Amino acid sequence: MASQEIEKLAGALAQLPGLGPRSARRAVLWLVKHRGKALPQLLEALGAVQDRLVECEICGNVDTRNPCGICADPRRDAKSICVVEDVSDLWALDRARLFTGRYHVLGGKLSALEGVRPEDLAIDTLLGRVAPKDGEGGVDEVVLAMNATLEGQTTAHYIAERLEEFPVRITQLAHGLPVGGELDYLDEGTLAQALRARRPVG
Amino acid sequence: MALDRITLSRFRNHADTALDDTRRFNLLVGENGAGKTNVLEAISLLAPGRGLRRAALADLPSQSGGGGFTVGASLAQAEGEPVRLGTFVRADLPGRRKVRVNGAEASAASLGEWLAIGWLTPAMDRLFADSAGARRRFVDRMTLALEPGHARHAARYEGALRERNRLLGDEREPDPAWLDGIEVQLAEHGAELAQARLRTIARLSDALAAVPDEPFARPLLAIEPGGPADEAALATALREGRRADRRAGRTLTGPHRDELLVTMAGKSMPAAECSTGEQKAMLIAITLAHAELAAQGRPGLLLLDEVAAHLDPVRRAALFERLREGAAQVWLTGTEMTPFAEIAEEAAVWRVREGAVERV
Ligand SMILES: [Zn+2]
Repeated sequence: MASQEIEKLAGALAQLPGLGPRSARRAVLWLVKHRGKALPQLLEALGAVQDRLVECEICGNVDTRNPCGICADPRRDAKSICVVEDVSDLWALDRARLFTGRYHVLGGKLSALEGVRPEDLAIDTLLGRVAPKDGEGGVDEVVLAMNATLEGQTTAHYIAERLEEFPVRITQLAHGLPVGGELDYLDEGTLAQALRARRPVG
Repeated sequence: MALDRITLSRFRNHADTALDDTRRFNLLVGENGAGKTNVLEAISLLAPGRGLRRAALADLPSQSGGGGFTVGASLAQAEGEPVRLGTFVRADLPGRRKVRVNGAEASAASLGEWLAIGWLTPAMDRLFADSAGARRRFVDRMTLALEPGHARHAARYEGALRERNRLLGDEREPDPAWLDGIEVQLAEHGAELAQARLRTIARLSDALAAVPDEPFARPLLAIEPGGPADEAALATALREGRRADRRAGRTLTGPHRDELLVTMAGKSMPAAECSTGEQKAMLIAITLAHAELAAQGRPGLLLLDEVAAHLDPVRRAALFERLREGAAQVWLTGTEMTPFAEIAEEAAVWRVREGAVERV
């Protein structure tokens, strides 16, 4: 019979995506066995995440600094922005290291049925980034990397239309991204192909 | 090239049923509730989809079976060993229908590569008097068998339609750019949907044109379009209809308002006004024509539930004659043998009683 503390930990871990009660229990057993070294490391990492994780005020990415590592990286092309629905899409795309520009996280997708309206998404901040500033050219290209769902594609069309007033090239992935974490399993070749074959919207 | 060695295990009221030595005509005879239609339903699950009753998976296992069931059959090949097809639900995974082809797990969609199964059931008898929506579903089901991509366009269109209607019903003035985004997809998928339906009706009409008016009641089919079938024209119609649609609280143009028109050739009478016998005969004619189109080189199977008894002798004889000429293996049910007298000699006959079969 496991103690209450261990049951509680197993219960918390079982909530994580991809883990069930059985895998959670295995993870707990492993942690107990390696408690000397693994537990302090894990505690430190969790503490750091809780203390320092912030949302980037420029792109909406989640990082330990603000602006985030991507927005702060001078090697990244600031004239090219890839718009995604969620942070998970940003991470999946960035893990593939195919896009050399910066990102913009909308925080969802338009859905009349679920009551998600344009003002609920980070669309105005996107327009602000794209708009030409005094003396500067703003952004050259916006890549719309929405999910392949109906709502994702509606959102892509909506944003394309809102961007029409700016002198910017708007392109779309050859096919929409798979939803959320599924992108993890998409091979880089497919993604590279979708990015290479991005086409103008309209 | 037909199904043989059909087995049902813990399926509906069949605990353990096997049907061997099948023929071109196969008759299941027994009282109502004996389990005749359950055999047809089991066979219909050897095609993608939810079978001829469109039942929920949870309704299929027998009451005492613990939650799982198995249906199997072997499909004779022109050369070599027969192919073994099977579909089942495991008791510990009740929500999932699995498919096996020659013992290896396969997708439900892959079943369609081996067989084309068509059916006619008493539930379809009221089709012509039923709602326009029921007839659209009928056309969509036939189209899906000819063009697998149809399902995706239909689902996308339905989704976009719900979004547009919600937006138009909003108290606030709808955001025009948002409506644009939805209408782009309504136009794209709606045009695909409408054109696929038109293609199906055109192909069926060609096939039916070869059928004589008598003794079978020959149906003439047409689609009364609910909107333009051209993508650009549909997009324009939607954009121009926004004001009227907002007043109505719903989208007034588009293929969700398509209507299937059926008239009886010769009489030029709307199908809904024809006698029940004539309506049944027209349904049979459509079902047979579609079965031949859908077969497309695959072996065909026709499941005709309670069809023979409701036809007059002349039409019944004509039906058997056409089935004899066709390529499909036929499964028929009835409460007594009398209507099948003409094919009794050449048919395989099973008497069905309380979920068990006995070869006669
Ligand atoms: Zn950032």
